[in-house]
Amino acid sequence: MSGVFMGMPSLPVFGDGNLHIDEPFPAAAHRELGNTQMRANLRHATHTIRDKRLKVVGELPDWEELRDAGAATKNQVMANLPALLEEFEKNFTARGGIIHWARDADEANRIVSDLIKEQETTEVVKVKSMATQEIGLNEYLEEQGISAFETDLAELIVQLGHDKPSHILVPAIHKNRTEVRDIFLAEMPNVDPNLTDEPRLLAMAAREHLRRKFLSAKVAVSGANFALADSGTLAVVESEGNGRMCLTLPETLITVMGIEKLLPAKEDLEVFMQLLPRSSTGERMNPYTSLWTGVTEGDGPQNVHLVMLDNGRTAALADKYGRTALNCIRCSACMNVCPVYERTGGHAYGSTYPGPIGAILSPLLTGIKSEENSSLPYASSLCGACYDACPVKINIPEILVHLRGEDVDSRRETKKLPSQMDLMMKGAQWAFSSGKNLGLLEKGLPLGKLAAGREKKIKRLPGIAAGWTQSRDIPAPPAQSFRDWWKKDHQPAAATTEQEK
Amino acid sequence: MKIALFATCIVDAMYPQTARATVKILERLGHEVIFPSGQACCGQMHINSGYMDEALPVVANHVQAFEAETYDVAVAPSGSCVASVKHQHPVLAERCGDAALKARAEAVGAKTYELSQLLVDVLGVTNAGEQLGSHFPHKVTYHPSCHGMRSLNLGDRQLDLLKSVGGIEVADLPEADQCCGFGGTFSMKNADVSSAMLEDKAKNIESTGASLCSGGDASCLMHIGGGLSRTKSSTTTLHFAEILASTMAEPVSVTGEVFVGKGGKR
Repeated sequence: MSGVFMGMPSLPVFGDGNLHIDEPFPAAAHRELGNTQMRANLRHATHTIRDKRLKVVGELPDWEELRDAGAATKNQVMANLPALLEEFEKNFTARGGIIHWARDADEANRIVSDLIKEQETTEVVKVKSMATQEIGLNEYLEEQGISAFETDLAELIVQLGHDKPSHILVPAIHKNRTEVRDIFLAEMPNVDPNLTDEPRLLAMAAREHLRRKFLSAKVAVSGANFALADSGTLAVVESEGNGRMCLTLPETLITVMGIEKLLPAKEDLEVFMQLLPRSSTGERMNPYTSLWTGVTEGDGPQNVHLVMLDNGRTAALADKYGRTALNCIRCSACMNVCPVYERTGGHAYGSTYPGPIGAILSPLLTGIKSEENSSLPYASSLCGACYDACPVKINIPEILVHLRGEDVDSRRETKKLPSQMDLMMKGAQWAFSSGKNLGLLEKGLPLGKLAAGREKKIKRLPGIAAGWTQSRDIPAPPAQSFRDWWKKDHQPAAATTEQEK
Repeated sequence: MKIALFATCIVDAMYPQTARATVKILERLGHEVIFPSGQACCGQMHINSGYMDEALPVVANHVQAFEAETYDVAVAPSGSCVASVKHQHPVLAERCGDAALKARAEAVGAKTYELSQLLVDVLGVTNAGEQLGSHFPHKVTYHPSCHGMRSLNLGDRQLDLLKSVGGIEVADLPEADQCCGFGGTFSMKNADVSSAMLEDKAKNIESTGASLCSGGDASCLMHIGGGLSRTKSSTTTLHFAEILASTMAEPVSVTGEVFVGKGGKR
């Protein structure tokens, strides 16, 4: 399918594919917390990237201005998305590219699969891409008898290990190098049986394995970091150069990209090429940045396709309080600094997008009512480290709170029996909406003091509060509230001062 | 200056000595403190748990209570509650479609300060030992709570005030900027993750060898203190206002007991 549907806008279409958590987050987190090896690997890795990022960000005197510029550009893109998409389509098509529009994951998968079949091949090489993971492309292609080979080293580790990525930039962050060696020994054809866990040797083994694929593949599939509307140019930012092999060697190149990746003009790359590498790998500049504009005769891929993916992005754009989540440039700085992610790892979030950005993006794309995605916005202590680190200033804590509101409101509609939390909040509403009510409630403080007993602590509470007392005591309440003391015992300031003198 | 005290619900009900210490500090500086009697809570628990409809009357009550009095500035011994008053109240009012409340909330928020902000930026207190007579001869460490640090950009205001207290020894807390894991109802809904975060915070605190951990938010200190108490640690928690209020004549103990005159305790 091609061309834009220009009819009356209807209700937003939510996204599907790998955007869900299929059990409540606390249950998934409980399981992952038990994996001590994973936690040790993750702690080491996230702390290393954090330190690197802080160092290179600290070098730039205008870092805050760059963040402001990045946020402003992205806000402008979202406000003018339809016009920019048309501009991009016009320029991309004029330079020999073919554009396809996909409403959801299924439509995108079918488009890509049909394009591969047209080339009469059953093997494709892949550039690391979040969009194709989001739509579950590899799994779909496998059903169609097409093998997709991941060429990014970490994606390769995950694929060979029959595992799932746990980080958007460092998909195998949950594995250490000994575990990587074991995967290579078990799964990589023709691997040296004496392979050690030395990083250089591991990289060489992967290189040899991949080189064969690069030279034989007729089709490559990629994602894109940026799309420049003024010229119809696509860009991929990477570290290894394996992406560039895919982008240049095969005859056919199929790119799958979310519609929010647009930038108005090439000048905007000045800002984003400073923001992205520093925020993601903690480098001043990434080793390989590839840009391509349509088809160049006799040079590189001669069939250049782009699948423009909605998959819930229009729905997210329609959410006034949530839409800035679309500003995300997939740098992963938020997950690297997140204390929750550091402890649970990415698998606990279920979706392709883990960490703080995933906790807002997944429910925004799928709708809050989809499977267990309503549990994701609660997967945060709202500490705000993610907002501080975000290069495009997405106020993640504020959007988390907004989505919690959406969740509570959506559960109100179902009119089920009120939960313990509902009742607690109703009770607290009464107590906290008047000084008189709170004062009245505080008359009961001595009772709490009594309950705390001789140890002066409360060690066990029932119901939802039991979560608190699983690892924390509550001190005995005081005999008298401040309010009560103020009314009865507070001496006017002057008198106190006199006494002290 | 006439200063309206926003005690915050948790301090009012669970840690009255923190509010009393706040009053004491401000009165010692010669200011008049008032306590708007209509106040209850900032509504942060409701907002952060997604209960916006229930939060609205709580927020409206706060705005009304602080509009009912005349004063120069309002102060609260909490970074989190002040961040809520300043940032969350207008957003909630807008979300609930109440433009008038939004404007009123912004006006109240603009006059509201966190205690160290008021002391340093408005009242010019930079040396607690000299200007407040603060004396606290103990080894302490300090946890900067997230909302004060990131929403209010308090920087080192609380820590610097602590360091200027007479007789005190302040030990640096490793990984100080890491959240303690409280997060309001997060500590109940995601109790396992919250506990894992708390465990690391407690380990870092104990590694300093301090007899207590201070901070600027009673809720985080209750969380950290509750974890330390559960593991039978001898380390406690104490709000920085109580340390600033401690003097040679009226010393405060590491557990927050105030001694008046000779041996009298209250």
